[in-house]
Amino acid sequence: MHLLFPLVLSALLFAVGVYGLLARRNAVLLLMSVELMLNAVNLDLVAFDAWLHDALHNGQTLALFVITVAAAEVGLGLAIVLQVFRQRATIAIDDLVELAEPDTVPEPPTPVPPATPAIGPADLVGVGPAGAAPSGAEPVGTQPPDGPAS
Amino acid sequence: MTGYEVVFTLLGVIAVGSAVLVVSTTNVVRAALWLVVTLGAIAGCYLVLTAEFVAVVQLLIYVGAVVVLLLFAVMFTRAPIGPGTDLDTRNRPIAALVALATAGLLITLLVDAFRHAYVDLNAGQPGSAAALGSAVFRTYVLPFEVVSVLLLAALIGAIVLSRPDVGTPGSR
Repeated sequence: MHLLFPLVLSALLFAVGVYGLLARRNAVLLLMSVELMLNAVNLDLVAFDAWLHDALHNGQTLALFVITVAAAEVGLGLAIVLQVFRQRATIAIDDLVELAEPDTVPEPPTPVPPATPAIGPADLVGVGPAGAAPSGAEPVGTQPPDGPAS
Repeated sequence: MTGYEVVFTLLGVIAVGSAVLVVSTTNVVRAALWLVVTLGAIAGCYLVLTAEFVAVVQLLIYVGAVVVLLLFAVMFTRAPIGPGTDLDTRNRPIAALVALATAGLLITLLVDAFRHAYVDLNAGQPGSAAALGSAVFRTYVLPFEVVSVLLLAALIGAIVLSRPDVGTPGSR
């Protein structure tokens, strides 16, 4: 068999993985694209092992190690993705721009909704006892001073 | 074309076609299931290349464990399941351009480098479990131990990350 068959297949799979990594916005789909690229490299390793008639099977052993590291990577990556989803309620990587440079990215709308609930009770604590609140907000204004006291 | 090449070409067409579907379908669950087809076809390619133990490990770990993990993550994150959901970024044309450039560069380089290389699949001994076990536990025993420590570290890290009651109390 010509060696170019596995090598060209591996190059095509790697290119498909590059496309998926750049074009997708769901973090789980990004992990799938990374798996495609790792499999392309594994195919190269196995092909060169068969081409060289390696008696020690160095290429296939290295492919096994790559599979193991890929499994560890997927487990850790999914834990991070779940944690991001728990804190941000989204895993679309376009919306996770807190670490981006502020010049190139417009003001992110995502940090505002977590910030408003934190400000809301604090305002109630300050305003509630001083201002003449309506009767419906009266229990809300009386309860927060109990919280810091206890 | 020999019989090996015909079988390998068929498996390669299946693998690349389903890989394109993985990165282009609009349904996350369907993408994970197309990934199963891709990984299975690549396992078939390993079998053609006489790497039978690697093929079995590929089926066990990738199809059995990794894809199941990915499906769990899809369910947990409540990803938009169903057609019409926006799963692609705006830079799809740039991504396609970069991918085409990568494929063109790699294939040009490989064709130029290995134009006269032929694999004799009947000459070498196949990568059976005995041969690979001997290689792992004799030549590669130190990397094997290092990888096991790495797996343990990744496992502990995943547990610490996913449990909210572990770590500093101010983090949540």
